[in-house]
Amino acid sequence: MADDPKFKDRKFKMVGTRPPRPDGLDKVTGRAKYGADTFAPGQLVALVLRSPHAHAQIKRIDTSKAEKLTGVKAIITSNDLPDVTNGDRELYDTLENCLARDRALYDGHAVAAVAAIDEPTARKALKLIRVTYKILPHVTDVDAAMKPGAPIVQPRVYTRGVSPKPTSPSNVAKVSEFGHGDVEAGFKAADVVVEKSYKTEQTHQGYIEPHACLASVGPDGHGELWVTTQGHFVYRNTCAALLGMDVAKLKVTSSEIGGGFGGKTHVWMEPIALALSRKANRPVKLEMTRDEVFRGTGPTSSTSIDVKIGVKKNGTITAASAELRYQDGAFPGIWAMLGAMTAYACYDLKNVKTLGYDVLVNRPKVAAYRAPSAPMAAFAVESTINEVAAAIGMDPVDFRIKNAAKEGTKSSYGPTYGPIGIGPTLAAVKKHPHMREKLGKNQGRGMACGFWFNFGGETCTDLNIGVDGTVTLTVGTVDVGGARASLSLIAAEELGIPYERVKCNIADTGSLGHNHMTDGSRGTFSSGMSTIFAARHAIEDLCQRAANTWEIPVKEVVWHDGNATAKGKKHKKLQPLSLGDLAAGSENTGGPIAGHSQIVADGAGVSFASHICDIEVDPETSATKVVRYTVIQDAGKAIHPDYVEGQFQGGAVQGIGWALNEEYIYGDDGRLQNPGFLDYRIPVCSDLPFIDTQILEIPNPNHPYGIRGVGETSIVPPLAAIGNALADVTGVRMTHVPMSPPRIRKAIKEKQA
Amino acid sequence: MLKVCLSGPLKSAADGAASVLVSAATIRELLRKLVKQYPQMQMQLDDGIAVSVNGEIFRDNWSQEIPEGAEVFLLPRIQGG
Repeated sequence: MADDPKFKDRKFKMVGTRPPRPDGLDKVTGRAKYGADTFAPGQLVALVLRSPHAHAQIKRIDTSKAEKLTGVKAIITSNDLPDVTNGDRELYDTLENCLARDRALYDGHAVAAVAAIDEPTARKALKLIRVTYKILPHVTDVDAAMKPGAPIVQPRVYTRGVSPKPTSPSNVAKVSEFGHGDVEAGFKAADVVVEKSYKTEQTHQGYIEPHACLASVGPDGHGELWVTTQGHFVYRNTCAALLGMDVAKLKVTSSEIGGGFGGKTHVWMEPIALALSRKANRPVKLEMTRDEVFRGTGPTSSTSIDVKIGVKKNGTITAASAELRYQDGAFPGIWAMLGAMTAYACYDLKNVKTLGYDVLVNRPKVAAYRAPSAPMAAFAVESTINEVAAAIGMDPVDFRIKNAAKEGTKSSYGPTYGPIGIGPTLAAVKKHPHMREKLGKNQGRGMACGFWFNFGGETCTDLNIGVDGTVTLTVGTVDVGGARASLSLIAAEELGIPYERVKCNIADTGSLGHNHMTDGSRGTFSSGMSTIFAARHAIEDLCQRAANTWEIPVKEVVWHDGNATAKGKKHKKLQPLSLGDLAAGSENTGGPIAGHSQIVADGAGVSFASHICDIEVDPETSATKVVRYTVIQDAGKAIHPDYVEGQFQGGAVQGIGWALNEEYIYGDDGRLQNPGFLDYRIPVCSDLPFIDTQILEIPNPNHPYGIRGVGETSIVPPLAAIGNALADVTGVRMTHVPMSPPRIRKAIKEKQA
Repeated sequence: MLKVCLSGPLKSAADGAASVLVSAATIRELLRKLVKQYPQMQMQLDDGIAVSVNGEIFRDNWSQEIPEGAEVFLLPRIQGG
């Protein structure tokens, strides 16, 4: 069956090889077109006016002087984006986040925007807009926001997930509980119980390419948007809904993307650009500065987490619980809920309970960041796991192996696991030469595990065969990390042709059915499945055409190694017809040859990783340097191993930056103090060793090739792996991320005191 | 009759029940009957939902058949990066 998603073991010819990526040349020579790299005749330049206050009532916006400035073509406020969300709470939140309505909810919240003939004019116009604010009390800390009497961020938000239904608004937007068994009985049965509390600070995805778009809306209600995004189909639907446009009349084209990591799954300033264009009746270019990216887009949550684990002296965990408080920024999200779901997913636990509190504060709306919410929960749990192992005198790897989840384990978030990879990654850690390498002076070693769900979703793919037998593969999932190479390999594998004969394009929204975003590690999983099905449909057509050509029944034709072949001795005189032969003759056998697939790719396999980390701590400054790092992760099947390894390495590097340096720092005035890469330092190549990788392949039973997602899980373990390495070298358990030199020095001094 | 396990905010939408019994052959039928039984569940469905059937998570395919005696979990729909 062409559309059977079940895994079938097979020998691959193309899949698993490492050919050059098709977008590589353009990217290294500067020809690739990113969000800011396209232009339209008569385009205007847009700039956004942002709130300098953490929380303020907007009493008046006077644009009259700015409107009179020569060269200004349009100014918009929330009045130009009327509420057409029809009671959709989430959509209204998006609308309010794009452009503040009666209140500015965080430092950097957009309040107005200008489109002018050039940037100097637009900048002058911004200065002429007068906003009258009434400053309101603010709160930016997650624990402070939960205290009685804290300023209420959103008066329309009442706590969900509790009974009875609350009668007054709260900053606690949602309470989520997961688990099974009886944790109290489990703790009573334990020989040792360890309790620890942790905090992690807010970080940004730190993609190198700032948000940028070119919007054009005509008086006929038709529009186009060129934009850097992880999901142009989703952007189309959201923008059309916010602007009251017909979905079909807004064509969105995704540019090349200079990183997203979840931050480009939400719209931020794109509806503003469209609204400005609609008002000015001219194309509008809008590019964010780095300052705006930090203040006006979606970082991850800062958190406060309590963990409690009980254990028998023989190493069996009897109970585990956690209370996880995540701030969502100024709009309700699901981030604490995801932390509560993922916290103990690596372990086989009889008694487990997690409680997540999603909390509103006066900070930017939180967005997904690579395995969103899992790294913070893993930092707390995996740090405590090491403490528990130490308390009973057990090797931390052996302790994890003893308690690791396996096929048939009831997961801490509910469902029973199928075949999973946590055990094999831990076994690989035990065997890895990294674990036997001798440590130097002031060096320590740590390891930690991580989990992410992965998911699939709506996917649509076209495969067209040209008259010369080359293949155009058209997909709708944005290529963030080498997907065009992987998907071309899959098409080549199915058709039995060389990789170089396939060209993969990302379609605009007018050219293909709806595709969900490239998020949830779904790109290669979903579009890979859809590509396989599209290719198999094309092969059915090719076989039929060969049968017609030979005037034999199609059941006597098979597709093998890129050729239609007639089966059986009676057809031994029929020479195989190649893809090229059939393509060349297609005009007389039915016209264009194509395959199509429109699917919901469900059944994505969960993913596990174990990381090993060696660090060196400067005894004078407490500056920490990673000297060796190894990622071991289950990929299901690595289609193009270079890009699987790239994902492993990239996730680890982001986790290392989060662990050691990166944090949003707010002043008492609620303003972000470090919105730039000089003061918010992400790791660069010279900070890091080569990140070693080991790919494990435990096939996902719900994908024809066994693919699992690989893009996110590797950001989960580094925070705890580094924390555990720091504990190894300093003897101090760090409980606050980032583990920056001042925090490490303070912790060491406190211990010495 | 299927035993449908609930967790997270879905539990409170079902008056705090950790599991409910529903007779359904597909995910669509299951969700329809759940909302009829617990109208508050509609808000959770609007927020997004996923259904785990024998450990396999379905986010979008509501035509998925559910075998008799299957392990069924209702989960909030997750987001990724």
